[in-house]
Amino acid sequence: MDGLDTLKAKYLTAVSTAADESALEEVRVAALGKKGEISAMMATLGKMDPEARKSAGASLNALKDEIDAALRARKQGLADAALDERLRTEWLDVTLPGRPRRMGTIHPVSQVMEELTAIFADMGFAVAEGPQVESDWYNFDALNIPPEHPARQEHDTFFMHRAPGDNRPPHVLRTHTSPVQIRAMMDKGAPIRVIAPGRVYRMDMDQTHTPMFHQVEGLAIDRDISMANLKWVLEEFCRAFFEVDKVELRFRASHFPFTEPSAEVDIRYSNVGGQLRIGEGDKWMEILGSGMVHPKVLAAAGVDPNEWQGFAFGMGIDRIAMLKYGIPDLRAFFESDLRWLRHYGFAALDLPDLPGGLSR
Amino acid sequence: MKFTLSWLKDHLDTTATLDEILYALTDLGMEVEDVTDRTAKLAPFTLAKVLHAEQHPDADKLRVCRVLTDEGEKQIVCGAPNARAGITVVLCKPGDYVPGIDVTLGVGKIRGVESHGMMASERELELSDEHNGIIELPSGEVGEKFVDWLAQNRPELVDPMIHIKITPNRPDALGVRGLARDLAARGLGTLKALDIPAIKGGFPSPIAVQIAPELKVRGCPLFAGRLIRGVKNGPSPAWLQARLTAIGLRPISALVDITNFFTFALNRPLHVFDAAKVHGPLRIHPAKGGEELLALDGKTYALQPGMMVISDDNGPESLAGIMGGEVSGCTEATTDVFLESAYWDPITIASTGRALKINSDARYRFERGVDPAFTLPGLELATQMILDLCGGEPSEIALDGAVPDVSRAYRLDPARVISLVGMDIPEAEQRRTLESLGFTLNGDMATPPTWRPDILGEADLVEEVARVASLTKLVGKPLRRTQPGVPKPILTPLQSREKSARRTLAALGYNECVTYSFIDAEAATLFGGGADAVRVDNPISSEMTHLRPDLLPGLLRAAARNQARGFADLALCEIGPAFQGGEPGEQHLQATGLLVGHSAPRDPFGSRRPVDVFDAKADAEAVLAALGAPARTQITRKVAAWWHPGRSGVIGLGPNTLATFGEVHPRILAAMGVKGPAVAFTILVANVPMPKVKTPTRPALAISDLQAVERDFAFVVDKGVEALTAINAAQGADKALIESVRLFDQFTGDKAEAQMGAGKKSIALTVRLQPTDKTLTEAEIEAVSARIIEKVTKATGGTLRG
Repeated sequence: MDGLDTLKAKYLTAVSTAADESALEEVRVAALGKKGEISAMMATLGKMDPEARKSAGASLNALKDEIDAALRARKQGLADAALDERLRTEWLDVTLPGRPRRMGTIHPVSQVMEELTAIFADMGFAVAEGPQVESDWYNFDALNIPPEHPARQEHDTFFMHRAPGDNRPPHVLRTHTSPVQIRAMMDKGAPIRVIAPGRVYRMDMDQTHTPMFHQVEGLAIDRDISMANLKWVLEEFCRAFFEVDKVELRFRASHFPFTEPSAEVDIRYSNVGGQLRIGEGDKWMEILGSGMVHPKVLAAAGVDPNEWQGFAFGMGIDRIAMLKYGIPDLRAFFESDLRWLRHYGFAALDLPDLPGGLSR
Repeated sequence: MKFTLSWLKDHLDTTATLDEILYALTDLGMEVEDVTDRTAKLAPFTLAKVLHAEQHPDADKLRVCRVLTDEGEKQIVCGAPNARAGITVVLCKPGDYVPGIDVTLGVGKIRGVESHGMMASERELELSDEHNGIIELPSGEVGEKFVDWLAQNRPELVDPMIHIKITPNRPDALGVRGLARDLAARGLGTLKALDIPAIKGGFPSPIAVQIAPELKVRGCPLFAGRLIRGVKNGPSPAWLQARLTAIGLRPISALVDITNFFTFALNRPLHVFDAAKVHGPLRIHPAKGGEELLALDGKTYALQPGMMVISDDNGPESLAGIMGGEVSGCTEATTDVFLESAYWDPITIASTGRALKINSDARYRFERGVDPAFTLPGLELATQMILDLCGGEPSEIALDGAVPDVSRAYRLDPARVISLVGMDIPEAEQRRTLESLGFTLNGDMATPPTWRPDILGEADLVEEVARVASLTKLVGKPLRRTQPGVPKPILTPLQSREKSARRTLAALGYNECVTYSFIDAEAATLFGGGADAVRVDNPISSEMTHLRPDLLPGLLRAAARNQARGFADLALCEIGPAFQGGEPGEQHLQATGLLVGHSAPRDPFGSRRPVDVFDAKADAEAVLAALGAPARTQITRKVAAWWHPGRSGVIGLGPNTLATFGEVHPRILAAMGVKGPAVAFTILVANVPMPKVKTPTRPALAISDLQAVERDFAFVVDKGVEALTAINAAQGADKALIESVRLFDQFTGDKAEAQMGAGKKSIALTVRLQPTDKTLTEAEIEAVSARIIEKVTKATGGTLRG
């Protein structure tokens, strides 16, 4: 079968020189199509004797497979070349910006409230709430601040309008979160552990004061809670909140009508190049007021002071947010300047928790 | 409260240093705000003597001096006219910091002559404004420290002034003696005795005193006074003037200075009348109302009925316990003085002072409570001082009323003190503390001293013991966990929701704001608020007069401010309280989002388009989903007036409104100064129903492997027909088989009407059929399709689009 070698050479040459897919198809049809040359030769096998058929059949099949493989390889080669050519034209300027996507932010006050909640939850404190328009009784009387107490004047209270003929004392915008202590104890009794974060209002507006700000109240009442426990809780809180290994607090005797004994609490810090560092240095900064809940306050909230005792504290949320995150100006908290919100805000998924750490 | 160290030492015998005293004061609850201590700044300077002075070769006004110092002779160039041989001067050496000129000296060369230091003027050392020449001292040795010389010769200049904050419960600490007592209790020395002279009057007081009976009950239990005749009033002695000047008071005359001295030294405010100007007896009575009084501050006050006043035959002469009158006040010409010492009821003084807006040192003390038992001793001591400084002859005491009985006793329970404070303070120490503060102990009953009106129960005893023991020494003790094991969640469902709403909004690209709870009247009114019940009676500004009825006005104002700063595209949100009324609890939690401007900045992909109502709706639905609202809700159009009436809707469940979304009414935008477009939504967080059963378990997942089929339908309907009508109708065609219906196209406008008829539009739905038991046959699909067409055309009055 000398002809087979010629045939093979002819078709393999045709395959390798086919310029495109349609030329290749023509080669395939000419060789392996129903009426193709090799198919025609296969048809002659039937007329051969078995011996000749066997050897010729094997040769023909080998030839057919070889040409088929060559066709496929060439086809793949042409496709690759065509794709390469297409990709060469598909150039884009990948330095163009990505499609715009809005990035939202969480306000620092909200973030810090969640941080507080995470820390105090671990120590067994629930979160209590109360109304922001308060009656005179909850805001003052129940907290051992009778009407003529000088402390009332120091509260710079906002009063709500009272309709003529309504002789109740005017309601106030709560001047502190302490009335929530009363409500929580009246609601849940003792023992109790709650924090109460929220908005409070004082008639004061200057460089460092805004007529609305945020406080968090803490209250723990049980049979044997002492001021030493208060100190421990605040130390633990400050260590966790400011994310430092060590904090040092100083309790200074003070006076609040609703606690006795009362203490103002200072935290040790240093100021290095305008940057505050909590827990080191030789300066002290007041961060909160606290004390043992006054027996009259317990009694006003329906808790027997002979049976129960405990502590309360109140701390400025905006203030500790400023300290922790280096935010200089309180007034900006409430101005909603987009630049400020973006700069000091937190990402939606920056969820403060204890296992992962409060801040990134 | 201000005082000086030497003043304190009048009452406290102590060797403690200034720093020890300052630390103890703060620790005891009397926070030191400020200390003015010149000694530190003056410490480097020493005394020197000018041996020789001669004209500078190159300068008319300069002299070259040879000065004897502790380091030998030095050459110093000096420009002072009084620089001359023989005088003792204050030397500042090279390296010393000179406070008055804010310079650290070096060796200088002045017009070619070396100068090794300078000789200081009073101004250069911040002692006074005197700068006509250098200081010439009348005494002192070369090398002696200047501060030592001052301490010997002009102690008032190196007497540290201490400014402390006194909490309102401690009127006794508004006198220097009260502070000394606290420090002594702390162990910083001993309280010096205060001897009360018994002054015998030589004649009856020509001015009688009478308290109106109703005021004896409450207002003025005790009023005492005496005349001192033949006094010589004039400038008070230097030591007294120095004391007053140091604490910022202006010396006036001996008589007035004495009253001020008693106010600050012993917390015993007094008043002096010029007896020549008092006519008839002094009557202490409630004002009728309408009387006028020219007070010592030069202002005229109109008295309101009931205010306590001291009158003579001419009418009101003094605002009792608050401020004296100008007419009967003492002057340099006063020769007969009537000295008043009274005890006034704190509450009465406070309310009068507040009503008249007078802040005086007397009011400040009387309204906090002075020592009633010290009324007469104070009178005797002050009489003595007047006699000492001004001479004169005292009368007998004129008096009405009696010292009020303030005696009371509380039980000291040492074990309870230890339990409350958490500090091991021995019983003996507790008792010692109270006694040193002036308490009388009888068994376990403690009687507070008369100067401590704040001690009103056992808890106050605990505080006294604790603060003297020092809370700084308190060592933290762990607070027991409330329960063993893993803590339970502590947030209420609403608190969790608030957090979800906030985080979802931020994830949707909103910047969370915290805006004021009070807004201006105009904005409040525009948003359905502004009633008197939510009005603040004493707003801090006209921008903050009313509690906000809604969060949107605050966000719109914020948007306007940001637009003014050049930010046109905004996504702002707030989660917080809105107030429907002015009673406690008439507030509700809103989560509000506001989109202003465009969806995106300009970019190469054409992402930018104006925000529209469907942006707001999508975000509202995303937040509602995060809060657990059901997927199927109703949309109605009953919106409040601040929404665009045609482009807003309410998402609700029956009568329960969950949220409102839409375009903000153009009139509102104009009023709030916001350039549109602006769309918003308000979610009423608490209105989203809570799940009936709280379980983490999900319902079983029902999915089918059978092929789902989607079929599209287009209908021609009147253009007022709402898509939801068609969707709900299609959904109802076969509740088992139809998995979802989605609107995927609508064709409206002129072209659509040209094609389909006036007033028509086309909407296109895709319906997904999910068989559950066998694959659908074509016939079954046709049957469902027919039902869908029938339902939709019936519900909408439309037709299948051919």
